[in-house]
Amino acid sequence: MHKKIFENYPPKDKSVLIAVLQDVQHIYGYLPENALQEVADFVGLPLSRVYGVATFYNQFRLTPLGENVIRVCRGTACHVSNSANILFNIETALNVKAGQTTRDKKFTLETVACIGACSIAPVITVNDDYFGKVAVKEIPNILKKYSTPKKQII
Amino acid sequence: MKTFIDVCCKECWHSTEKPCDQFIRCCTEGPLCHHNPDCEKKFKQLNRELTYQEHDLPVIFIGKGTCGLASGAQKTEDAIRAELDKLNIKAIIETTGCVGYCAKEPIVDIKLPGKDRVSYCEVTPKIVSKLIQKTIVEKDIYKENFLGKYGPAENGYKNINDIDFFKRQMKIVLENCGVIDPTSIDTYIAHGGFKALDKVLTHRKQEEVVNDILASGLRGRGGGGFPTGKKWDFALKQKSEQKYIICNADEGDPGAFMDRSVLESDPYKVVEGMLIGGYAIGASVGYIYCRAEYPLAITRLENTIKNCKQYGLLGKNILGTGFNFELKIKKGAGAFVCGEETALIASIEGKRGMPKPRPPYPAVSGLWGKPTVINNVETFANVPQVFNKGVEFYASIGTKTSKGTKVFALSGKIRNTGLVEVPMGTTLREVVFDIGGGIPNNKKFKAVQIGGPSGGCLPEKVMDTVVDYESLKTVGAMMGSGGLVVMDEDTCMVDVAKFFLTFIQNESCGKCVPCREGTKRMLEIIEKIPMSYKNTANKVDQLQRFKGIIHLQRLADVIKDTSLCGLGQSAPNPILSGLKYFKDEYEEHLYDRKCTAGVCKELLTFTVNNDLCEGCGLCARKCPVEAIMGEKKQAHYIIQDRCIRCGMCVDSCKFEAIDVE
Repeated sequence: MHKKIFENYPPKDKSVLIAVLQDVQHIYGYLPENALQEVADFVGLPLSRVYGVATFYNQFRLTPLGENVIRVCRGTACHVSNSANILFNIETALNVKAGQTTRDKKFTLETVACIGACSIAPVITVNDDYFGKVAVKEIPNILKKYSTPKKQII
Repeated sequence: MKTFIDVCCKECWHSTEKPCDQFIRCCTEGPLCHHNPDCEKKFKQLNRELTYQEHDLPVIFIGKGTCGLASGAQKTEDAIRAELDKLNIKAIIETTGCVGYCAKEPIVDIKLPGKDRVSYCEVTPKIVSKLIQKTIVEKDIYKENFLGKYGPAENGYKNINDIDFFKRQMKIVLENCGVIDPTSIDTYIAHGGFKALDKVLTHRKQEEVVNDILASGLRGRGGGGFPTGKKWDFALKQKSEQKYIICNADEGDPGAFMDRSVLESDPYKVVEGMLIGGYAIGASVGYIYCRAEYPLAITRLENTIKNCKQYGLLGKNILGTGFNFELKIKKGAGAFVCGEETALIASIEGKRGMPKPRPPYPAVSGLWGKPTVINNVETFANVPQVFNKGVEFYASIGTKTSKGTKVFALSGKIRNTGLVEVPMGTTLREVVFDIGGGIPNNKKFKAVQIGGPSGGCLPEKVMDTVVDYESLKTVGAMMGSGGLVVMDEDTCMVDVAKFFLTFIQNESCGKCVPCREGTKRMLEIIEKIPMSYKNTANKVDQLQRFKGIIHLQRLADVIKDTSLCGLGQSAPNPILSGLKYFKDEYEEHLYDRKCTAGVCKELLTFTVNNDLCEGCGLCARKCPVEAIMGEKKQAHYIIQDRCIRCGMCVDSCKFEAIDVE
């Protein structure tokens, strides 16, 4: 599936590594091991270097994501507006720690350094939806909205 | 003629492949190469339409930056469209960026034919039908959500620039933000866009451009404040067949969002600035390194580049002057340290984003060993304005050493969150209290955090410091990228220090020892301060805590002096400024074992106020460790040994019956 990505880039060009990895992650939601090997062959770098880059940047992940990704902003403005408590509450509600995925693969909880929407702090995003000025009380409702099973679109 | 790239008649020959050197001037004053009243009329008409002076239908502007969208601008737009359909009214709906007043989003402007544009704030789907009824049907002003109007004030309705939030601001970078459609190149040109580029390409030699930037006194807005002209001068003097210019849009500072806003609301200005920079130093390739966390900014940039190419403003032989310039977007992958020049270059080259020792500076040996100039988004957005408004004018704004304006992102415990642009030399007090409107909920101001994790927390007593690069350094902070996070009495300074150190420690790339190990040790020391030792008999821990504090100051100084890049060198700033201005609070944590702000959980005790507790049992159900007991309809109590002080009971209690000490 990811081989199509390679068509958009010149082979053996080391500078495209990050962009290729981003595209691979876009397809799978994470970086599978065999894909890393193929990317390494494509850009002409040893796998260790590719792994080095993949683990350096926060965006890349080596484990699969859940169905919904919750990102809790931990920027300064969010921090002073109680985002630590919001994170704690989501963690208790889902029974996972930040960076983990729930056992039913419904939710992945992540923290992000700053989403850049400080004016409406504290902010969380679920998939591509933003929730600003989140109060602890709203969390169960937000989670509920996404835990109802989605209709299968084939 | 619907767009500027369309030809007005057979005489006009501008196209992407065959650029005309008068294209930009022609767009607004045209046609210049031939006389034809019909053509003149066409150009005038198009310009009047694009500047919203002439239109038959009402125009509705909806602010759809990330802040607007997060506040529900899309829902508002859907509601407006549905309402217009219902009433069978035709209107033009335009997307704009963020006007800066993020606290009042979603902001919707309505302009009726022949009338002034009026701005409405907090337009939720609920009020849409009333708003449309009053404004478009009854052609009146909807008083309840009125924010400001463009054009002269009338009947007590103020001009938008006279309302408290905008009154003291001076918009140079943000001039077009929230006013024009950021997706349309025609609108940008009609509003005077690319005039500076035109002037530079046709009238100025490379040295002259660099000298103009030097004379304007423009300094890097990314934080360091290095004179932009000097940087360009170094790069210009290098002899190389290939040079690069890079726009640093890796805005990693938590609490800063002006670059995002500028890229979302006025991307053409940044591209124009880069084009001028590229011409000045002789670069033919440019990169915009943008955070992947800003998907909207990236989409708008991609659109901008596509349009510029179509208009012959990017690519080969720009405006027929022989100047070639290619622009690429590189998406960052989430590493704070990549905001540092050399790390950013490494990241573009596809490597781990680790800084290199300087010199050689990027202006000498940068991307792929070639001379490279890296400037911040806001710096590039300033460049066209230097030429539009004139070097003398630009140099006349600000203080002796810092010229022009600075955009600040106000956030935290403040009424008017959003973007403000003030001339250098404005005091912090004016920014926070006059423009920002002070602290909400009658709380007391405690500190303002300026400059992100590299900056410092400034207390009330230094609020009269003026905003410029040097003054802020003397009080122990730095300009940084311009994030201003306001903190009130509910914020604990020890906790803030811990927060920043955790951030820095996570983001440290690990290359140099002082930063990698030093920040870790500092974090350990700070983490011990608010720790409770009630349950541990081990006295060594307590001893360690005091020992750590004694060495904190020295450790901070060593990290500052010996780190490789800016991240490490400025990492101790939040601690140092905290120790300088909020020593009392540190001591209170250490000796009295108290946290007045009620943030440091381990030092708190939670008790149930028996007079207020109704015995609903909500807190007992919410408590994750089952530390709350009690009979139904009887006052509950908390088992202190079990309590993990998470505060869930406080948040869940409807009667405010949980006391925190």
